[in-house]
Amino acid sequence: MELKGKTWKFGSDVDTDAIIPARYLNTSDPAELANHCMEDADPGFPAKVEAGDIIVADKNFGCGSSREHAPIAIKAAGVSCVIAKTFARIFYRNAFNIGLPIFESPQAAESISDGDQISVDMETGKIVNYTKDEEYQATPIPSFMQDIISAGGLINYVAKRVKTDV
Amino acid sequence: MAMTITEKILAAHAGREFVEPGELINVKVDVALGNDITAPVAIREFARLDVETVWDKNRVIFVPDHFVPNKDIQSAEQAKMLREFARKHSLTNFFEVGKMGIEHCLLPEQGLVVPGDLVIGADSHTCTYGALGAFSTGVGSTDLAAAMALGETWLKVPESLKFIYTGELPQWVSGKDLILHTIGMIGVDGALYQAMEFCGPAIENLSMDSRFSMANMAVEAGAKNGIIAPDTTTWDYVQGRAKRGYHFESSDPGAKYAQVYDIDVSSLSPQVALPHLPENVKPVEEVANTTIDQAVIGSCTNGRMSDLREAAAILKNRAVNSNVRLLVIPGTQDIYRQAIKEGLVETFIAAGAAFSTPTCGPCLGGHMGILAAGERAVATTNRNFVGRMGHPESEVYLANPAVAAASAILGRIAHPREVE
Ligand code: SF4
Repeated sequence: MELKGKTWKFGSDVDTDAIIPARYLNTSDPAELANHCMEDADPGFPAKVEAGDIIVADKNFGCGSSREHAPIAIKAAGVSCVIAKTFARIFYRNAFNIGLPIFESPQAAESISDGDQISVDMETGKIVNYTKDEEYQATPIPSFMQDIISAGGLINYVAKRVKTDV
Repeated sequence: MAMTITEKILAAHAGREFVEPGELINVKVDVALGNDITAPVAIREFARLDVETVWDKNRVIFVPDHFVPNKDIQSAEQAKMLREFARKHSLTNFFEVGKMGIEHCLLPEQGLVVPGDLVIGADSHTCTYGALGAFSTGVGSTDLAAAMALGETWLKVPESLKFIYTGELPQWVSGKDLILHTIGMIGVDGALYQAMEFCGPAIENLSMDSRFSMANMAVEAGAKNGIIAPDTTTWDYVQGRAKRGYHFESSDPGAKYAQVYDIDVSSLSPQVALPHLPENVKPVEEVANTTIDQAVIGSCTNGRMSDLREAAAILKNRAVNSNVRLLVIPGTQDIYRQAIKEGLVETFIAAGAAFSTPTCGPCLGGHMGILAAGERAVATTNRNFVGRMGHPESEVYLANPAVAAASAILGRIAHPREVE
C-alpha cells in the first residue's frame, strides 16, 4: 500500500503534551481530540491539516506521557503517517497498536521540507519526494509489528490468540 | 552467560535461561496498571476482546489520580468508567478518592509492586518501580487492555547503560538532582529504547525516596526502564509492606553495557531544568535571579515523606513570598496522615501554603494550580514541556523540594542555603 500526501514539518522532541495537551484529556473521543491535534506546537494545525497529509519531524517524536490519545488525535485528524528521525518508545508502540503507520528515516527527516508532496510505500519503507525529486529509505517495519498491523491492530491480534487458546 | 539485572528479570518472566538485547520476547506481567486518563481507553479496547473477565483481579490495578477529586463532568465520567469496571470484575486494587494516591507513590507504599517484578502500566512514569529492583515500564492503553486479558505483553529486550555515581552528596542535593544532572548530560533521548542502571557508592547511600525520584525520571531520557539493584535499604522498605513474595536480582560481573558513565557527585549543586525540556539543566546558582509566580511541591517524583520533610524544614517559621502561590501535595493518603502527625502540615499552612489531598493536579496542567499566560513556576515534578502546567506561554522550572521551598520564600529561584 502506498500513502501519498503533503507534508507538515516539525522539529525535535515534539512531546505528547504538544501533540494533545492534557487539558483536553478529560475525553478520549477521537474526533474531539483531533480538534486539538498538535495545538501547542502549531495552534493553526487542526484547521489546516487535510486528510492524507503526512507529519515529518526530527528526533524523539512523541516523547513524554504514555497517552494513546496522542497517536489517536493524529490519526483522527486525517494524518496518514508520521516520518521522523527517531520516535520515543511508548509512542512507537502506541502508534502500531492503534494502527497509525510510522517510519524512521533520518535522511527523509532532514531532506523533506514543509509542504512537499511525498509518497511512502508501507511494505518496503521507500519514500519518494515528488517536489524535490528525491528518494529515501525508512527502516523496514519489524515483522512482528507487521503482523500486528495486518491483523488490524493489537486488539484484533490478541483477539485471535484468545480464540485459538480456548 | 552474564546478564544485567534488567535482562535477568526479563528472562525470568519469559521463561527463558537467557535473553539478549534486541530480542522480541513475550513476558508474563506481575502487575498491569491504569489511571483515569489511560484506563478508559483500555476498558473500551478490552470490551472488543472476547474474554469474560480480567486475567487476575488482584493484579489489574486502577488508580484514578490525574483529575480527581473530579474537576469537571467529563473527568467524572472517566473515573466512573474505572469504578464500574472495577466493581464488575471485582478488582481488589481500585483506589477511590480518600484512599488513593498518585499511582507511582501508592503502589510501592502499599507493597503492590516488589523487587524482581515485571510491571507494565499505562503511564510513562511506571518506570518508577525500578527503584525497588523491578523491571517496570510505561505502555499505552491498548497494551494495557491486552495485558488485562492475557497477563502477558511483548517487549524488546533493551540494551543497558550503566551509570556509576561516586563521592558523597553535598547538603541539599538529592536523587532528583542526580537524575536531572544525568539527563542534562545525555539529553532527552540519551537512553532511547535502553535501560538505565544506576549504581555506585552514592546510590548505595541513597534513601528509598531519592531512588524513586531517580528511576521515575528515566523516561525523561527516553529510557525504557531505570533500575537500581536491591540492597539493605530496599529490604528495609519492602519488609512489612510486600503483599507477595519477592526476589533480589543483580547484574552479573561481565554483563554487557552499551555505555558506562562515571559521575562524581561530591561537588554537585542542586540542579534546575529550564523550560521547555528536562535536559536544559543548570546548577541552581546560575538561575537564581529568576522570579516565580508559583511553587509546586508534590508529584510522583517528589511527593513522598522525605520530600515533605525537606520542604518543611526550610519553611518552618518562615513565610511564603507575597508574590508566590505555594502548593504542597502529598503523594498518598498515608503520606498525608504522616505529615499531619509530624506537624508538617501545620508548618506549611502557617507559612502560607495551600495543602491539598493527593492528586496529580498541576503536574500535568490538569487542575489545582494551572498557570496563566506568562506565569512561571518552580516545581518538583518531572516535565517542563510547553503548556505542561497550563497556558502554552507559561514556564516550568524543575527542581528538588528544598529548592522549591526556598524559592517560594524568596520569590525567585533560590539555593536552599540562602534561607538557612
Ligand atoms: S504526578 Fe505527574 S508525572 Fe506523575 S503520574 Fe501524575 S501527572 Fe504523571
